[in-house]
Amino acid sequence: MRRDTTAYLWLGLGILVFAFPIYLTLIGSTHDASTIGRGDVPLLPGPLGAENYANAWNGTGGGRIQGSPAGLMLVNSALMALGIAAGKIAISLLSAFAVVFFRFPGRMIAFWLIFVTLMLPVEVRIIPTFQVMVDLSLTNSMAGLIVPLIASATATLLFRQFFLTIPREYVEAAKVDGAGPLRFFRDVVLPLSVTNIAALFVILFIYGWNQYLWPLLIINDRSLETIVVGLTKMIGTGDAQNEWNIIMATAVMAMLPPVAVVVLMQRWFIKGLTETEK
Amino acid sequence: MNRRIFGLATAGLATTNLATPALAQSTPVELQFWHGLPQPLGGLLEAIATRFNESQARYRIPASFRGSYPETMVAAIAGFRASTAPHIVQMFEVGTGTMMAAGRAVKPLHELLAETGVRIDFDDYLPAVKGYYSLADGRMMSMPFNASTAIMFYNKDAFRRAGLNPDQAPTTWAQLRQAATRLKAAGHEMPFTTAWPTWCQVEQVSAIHNMPLATLDNGFGGLGAELAINNPLLNRHLTTLVEMGREGTFRWGGRDGAGDALFANGSAAIIHASSGARARFVREVPGGVANIGAAMLPYYDDVAGAPLNSIIGGASFWALNRGPNATRSAEENRGIAEFFAFLAQPSVAAGWHTETGFLPVTKTAFEQVRASGFYTQNPGADTPIQQLLRGGGQTTGNTRGIRLGGFVEIRVIMQEEMERALQGGQTPQQALASAVTRGNVVLRNFERSNRA
Amino acid sequence: MSRAAPASFLFRGTALPWLLLLPQLVITGLFFFWPAGQAVWQSLLREDAFGLRSEFVGMENFADVLSDPTWLGAFGRTLVFSSAVAFLALTAALFLAVQADRNIRGSNAFKTLLIWPYAVAPAVAAVLWLFMFHPQIGIFGRMLNAAGIAWDYKLNGDQAMLLVIVASAWKQVSYNFIFFLAGLQSIPKAVLEAAAIDGASPRYRFWTIIFPLLSPTAFFLLVVNLVYAFFDTFGVIHSLTQGGPGKATETLIYRVYTDGVVNLNLGSSAAQSVILMILVVGLTVVQFRYVERRVHY
Repeated sequence: MRRDTTAYLWLGLGILVFAFPIYLTLIGSTHDASTIGRGDVPLLPGPLGAENYANAWNGTGGGRIQGSPAGLMLVNSALMALGIAAGKIAISLLSAFAVVFFRFPGRMIAFWLIFVTLMLPVEVRIIPTFQVMVDLSLTNSMAGLIVPLIASATATLLFRQFFLTIPREYVEAAKVDGAGPLRFFRDVVLPLSVTNIAALFVILFIYGWNQYLWPLLIINDRSLETIVVGLTKMIGTGDAQNEWNIIMATAVMAMLPPVAVVVLMQRWFIKGLTETEK
Repeated sequence: MNRRIFGLATAGLATTNLATPALAQSTPVELQFWHGLPQPLGGLLEAIATRFNESQARYRIPASFRGSYPETMVAAIAGFRASTAPHIVQMFEVGTGTMMAAGRAVKPLHELLAETGVRIDFDDYLPAVKGYYSLADGRMMSMPFNASTAIMFYNKDAFRRAGLNPDQAPTTWAQLRQAATRLKAAGHEMPFTTAWPTWCQVEQVSAIHNMPLATLDNGFGGLGAELAINNPLLNRHLTTLVEMGREGTFRWGGRDGAGDALFANGSAAIIHASSGARARFVREVPGGVANIGAAMLPYYDDVAGAPLNSIIGGASFWALNRGPNATRSAEENRGIAEFFAFLAQPSVAAGWHTETGFLPVTKTAFEQVRASGFYTQNPGADTPIQQLLRGGGQTTGNTRGIRLGGFVEIRVIMQEEMERALQGGQTPQQALASAVTRGNVVLRNFERSNRA
Repeated sequence: MSRAAPASFLFRGTALPWLLLLPQLVITGLFFFWPAGQAVWQSLLREDAFGLRSEFVGMENFADVLSDPTWLGAFGRTLVFSSAVAFLALTAALFLAVQADRNIRGSNAFKTLLIWPYAVAPAVAAVLWLFMFHPQIGIFGRMLNAAGIAWDYKLNGDQAMLLVIVASAWKQVSYNFIFFLAGLQSIPKAVLEAAAIDGASPRYRFWTIIFPLLSPTAFFLLVVNLVYAFFDTFGVIHSLTQGGPGKATETLIYRVYTDGVVNLNLGSSAAQSVILMILVVGLTVVQFRYVERRVHY
């Protein structure tokens, strides 16, 4: 009983540390800009919530001309995040399957070709990558937002870890039954992977949703702007006036979809990961 | 979704082919314009582009925000390397040296106007504005637009509470330090801070006292310039700031524009900041416009010849060629020139000035705003212009501006060294010496890669 | 395990596996190797920003970088920073996961509340931390100063480092928590009950049974956290300190970005990228070869 109390205590503290900034954002989105700018953020909601959210949603703020409407940016973010998640899962499943269940010439080469990229982020080679996008006429398009981010050593690694736990005897059994690799993939591997796919979907959806530097560089059409980029564009430096209340309202809207995905898919998600690590 | 993706991709291709004469007749020529102003300033700028689009049918300029100034600069350069440069890019004044050395990447403004026959009267521009963006012989290289300068803002309530006269700002550094000490004694936690530390405390201080920031007229005379900031004046000034920091009368507000927030929220009593911050201060400082004093930057009154004019900041618009092997059509150039001429109209310049706090870049616009009574309703709004004309309005080699390559990097170096001096990690003298050594490496690298 | 599997447990063929790998390899080739190759070529050149004049300089950019004391400083700092972030994020997550794994009332609500911040974009998270710890505007920054602690991360390098470490780790704890919790829940309860019946103390049970069983998770997370600390923290540092004060929070990736994207010193930036790629690829190989072999499966 006493141990439970300490557990409650620690978890409560953890929640305070991990959820307080988000609480502060919610509160900030219900006050006016100058209250926040003065550093006098109260700990209770203010009266301006509805107004701030309406302004953020419509792309209007305090009578001034604001950025893109949050509604449009949310759609763009959703398309980008879904595209990246679906694409990554598809190609990672296929390549992990090939690496784990096949013996073929060049297997290790393929393995390393994929995994050396595990830790090489786009920031390191942003200008050459931009050049490649131009050569392929992919700048300023939804495809350009999605395709380059689809290569994923991380997802492949995760599927590989999971596939390694599938008993090898299944393969032998499949061979005995005369099933080919593709049928094995469809009838055995894929059904077993459903929860892992769901889990990865959550991770990758959020990875896609939270992209910043890449969309900023290759998109200059406002109708394709994503919400994270749009949000940071509202946070000015120097001469600009920050409408912190609108920014906070937009931040809340930028957080809602990924948070919803995490919370709604939580059961599947944890179950999926449990299967992965067994 | 697919249709949307491919639709946009083909639309992108169509844009590149637009220059064909047949199409130009029926559809307006689209001219890409990238800028680096976040909201709400960016929106006001985009509204000006929209007004231009509505004023005629031949050209259409979709203005697009590309991130902060440095990000916009990088995006434009990456675009140029990829032959997809925008027609017009907004470049902050710090990037001027880099653009000037960019050779055939830019279409010099004087060439653009001569070829298209569009006329803009640059004699009407404030000398400090015009000088910053022109060659040594006076030919314009880029189109000045949002220009600002650094001035001093102070909180009148804080002055009153410390028993200082709220209608009399300190004019010299000795007076500023005295006032700050009084404020401190009266219990004020942050008597003085600064935004844009190198711009306000190094570049402006040098100009006002007619001291060189770099040799060869601050780089106007060529790529061989060397930093000259390790001098007695700046040593004295940095020592003043370090001492004030130790006494608690000066607080470092952070790099670049971060210090603005400290004045905006009422914590700082005095700030040196961009005149473009005015609109923000009026809106956010407790007590509003009645509580904000604006004055010229202080100077050391024992320095002979001081004070002279301050230098400008802000940004100008550059016409870019499409790529290393691609130029613009005559029609595109004409559109760019007409857009610039549209911006030069007194009504546009005056509107921008009164809405934002940036300078009215032309004398006519200044007169127009003055005649409207704006300055009597908004006392102090003309301080930046007065300050730019201080010392007779004729610039010297030290007050014309700064034209150093890699200056973005040099500013960061100076900020880093200032931070270490204010932390007590090194003496002001060491900070300046180290900034010169490191800055000169940048200058020599730039010179080497930009030799013709 | 896969290395040890007999051939009869695997499929044979050449065309099919390569075909399956094709989409991944094409995208990796186009968007990783092609640009990486360009970066290597660039590192041997000295160019102006616009790419109009270039000069082949051989290894000069590498020599410049490796003899630059500020780059070497960033190198050491990155090691300290990355280990601190990974350590903090992993231990905090493991600790919370152990607490949440207990069969206590409301544990699901606790889990949800702890998982939540995972969805926050790094760019947004950094702004939230700035908002809390700004010495004058931030609620905690003001509290610290009111309590007599001179809190000013804009001038105090150690405080700045502390802040970026904590903010970076914060972003990552939720992620680690999810994985650790999943790992914990996969441990058969019968094993733990048996140990408890044998009279093993909770601490002993944790270190001898639970921790070894978690090691595959921990290994995977270690890799992910190090990658995160090396590269993805860029947004956090950029929003909070911009590498300052002085160079107190400038890491290698921040340096690559500023030299390449802000200072437009493409040759030097490319040389630094190449050095980083070699380091990171080396690290990846070492981890797969040696560390993975030692952890329990």
